[in-house]
Amino acid sequence: MMRRAGPHVIAPLAVALFAAAATAAPATKDAAPRGDAIHGEAIYARCLACHAPAYDRTGPRHCGLFGRRAGSVPGFAYSAAMKKAGIVWSESTLDRFLANPLQVVPGTAMGYAGVTDRQERADLIAYLKRENASSACTTR
Amino acid sequence: MSLLMLFDDPSLRETAVRESRRAFLGKSGLLLSGAAVALMAGNDALAANAKSVESDVRVLNTALGAELEAIAAYQVGAESGLLQKPVLDLAVTFQGHHKEHADLLSKTVAKLGGKPVAAKTKYTFPVETLKTQADVLRFAASLEKGAVSAYLGAIPVFDNRDLAKAAGSILGDEAMHWAILRNALGEAPVPSAFVS
Repeated sequence: MMRRAGPHVIAPLAVALFAAAATAAPATKDAAPRGDAIHGEAIYARCLACHAPAYDRTGPRHCGLFGRRAGSVPGFAYSAAMKKAGIVWSESTLDRFLANPLQVVPGTAMGYAGVTDRQERADLIAYLKRENASSACTTR
Repeated sequence: MSLLMLFDDPSLRETAVRESRRAFLGKSGLLLSGAAVALMAGNDALAANAKSVESDVRVLNTALGAELEAIAAYQVGAESGLLQKPVLDLAVTFQGHHKEHADLLSKTVAKLGGKPVAAKTKYTFPVETLKTQADVLRFAASLEKGAVSAYLGAIPVFDNRDLAKAAGSILGDEAMHWAILRNALGEAPVPSAFVS
């Protein structure tokens, strides 16, 4: 006689199946949202107490951000935590950092809770990319 | 209750006393950190507290740096010759508020055993874009709006609720600056029901 599997067996199996299904699901479900640079400019207004695209302020400049190692703008006084963060800024590392700066780089001077909305982060990153490609950044 | 009293409440004083040991040892060059000392002493709770205080001090120092920059920015605006009365008087008043914020933040950092950041010897501002009174107002409004957002983002990360409350008080002041500057520019002073 075949033994029936008890709930204690079924539950882990179900979890594993759901996990496998999630892995096999179309990537579009979890894909990063498309950023809107125009909306991102409005989001960037939140950063203007400390940042500017082209020059250092309380926070470092954002021109040259993509591909730059965190904590590496010459002459800017970074926290020790940022200098040793080992991050190279890209869309994905920015997305992670902006979601919760203090969790991603504990000890960062950027004492900010983060941009929790995924679409807003995508928009902000799209704006930063647009600015970095503009003459405001490329001529400096 | 005045803002000064907020920063002078018993819980802060108690924290400051705990931190004074760290500050003393730090000055004597003997200390890794307050957290390290507490851990070595086997006091996990104190270690956690010291780490929280360190974090709060970092947030306060960042806010202080931004306030000092705002003071310098208003100075540039006031000396630009572009602001006419009564707008000039407003700018000077707002600069005075930022000086009060900076003074309080600096004293609080020191009270918690930290070293307050000093004003930079030189700030960079987009002076080449400031040609009219409206340009100066728009620039000041952008800084004030940014400050509102910065304090809004800082409030949830303060470990000490009294510091969060005080930051909320500063946020309110800077939001009023932002609204008045927008109004002076002929824009809706309060553009939405929420700030972000």
